[in-house]
Amino acid sequence: MEAQQSEMHEIRTSQDIVSVRQAVRRCAVEIGFNLVDQTKIVTASSELARNTLDHGGGGTATVETVQNGSRSGLRVVFEDWGPGIPDIAQALTDGFTSGSGMGLGLGGAKRLSNEFDIESAPGKGTRVTILRWRGL
Amino acid sequence: MERIPILKMGEFLLVTIQVDMHDRLALTLQDDLTEQIVKWRARGVLIDISALEMVDSFIGRMLSNIANMARLLDAQTVVVGMQPSVAITLVELGMPMKGIRTALDVEKGMHTLRIYLANNGRNRDGDGSTTV
Repeated sequence: MEAQQSEMHEIRTSQDIVSVRQAVRRCAVEIGFNLVDQTKIVTASSELARNTLDHGGGGTATVETVQNGSRSGLRVVFEDWGPGIPDIAQALTDGFTSGSGMGLGLGGAKRLSNEFDIESAPGKGTRVTILRWRGL
Repeated sequence: MERIPILKMGEFLLVTIQVDMHDRLALTLQDDLTEQIVKWRARGVLIDISALEMVDSFIGRMLSNIANMARLLDAQTVVVGMQPSVAITLVELGMPMKGIRTALDVEKGMHTLRIYLANNGRNRDGDGSTTV
């Protein structure tokens, strides 16, 4: 699987969450995602960008188009250097929240993606990667 | 400051969300609407989200909050015009928006509100009891 195109966006304010949504939407349209697939990855990205801002104290989102044989997909990587997540399994549980949100962010983003990966350690920040393939 | 306009239509308020809202704008709308409900003694609120290409948990929660706040202020809320792709995504996200009344468009939403008010009609200028 190869990354074809990659762009990085800073996440510092709630306006940046909107910018990330728009960048993901633009890339999803470019590689031919249907409307439902576009909406799913844009929504997942919005949840994760908000986590990056609220829990990670800001960070970056990298939007990449990927190719695996004839399949194209969209990968978005969210990175922050915040406090990290002590218990990832617990953080993935719906309804678990350390802040004021509904606690749907991580679990919801995972359900809306084809592939999901999370790396985090206390004090070392968090990296969440989602990938969605173009539907047939 | 950027704001989402609220239109008064008789005893209803109509909000048409046409921009991709950042979080603060969503919170401002919440505050503005509750003020306008009281100011105009509105009985119903229609929120048209047909231009929204995405509703995440933040915006979903704002819509729920508005419906709950409006109910406490004696007004009913109908969210109208949700795109099918948004409905599919919200359910998969885990936010089925229980307790929120919806309609496919503004006209149907008005109809829903009128029927609700006719069935639960209270005379505000009277003693607050149900009219028969």
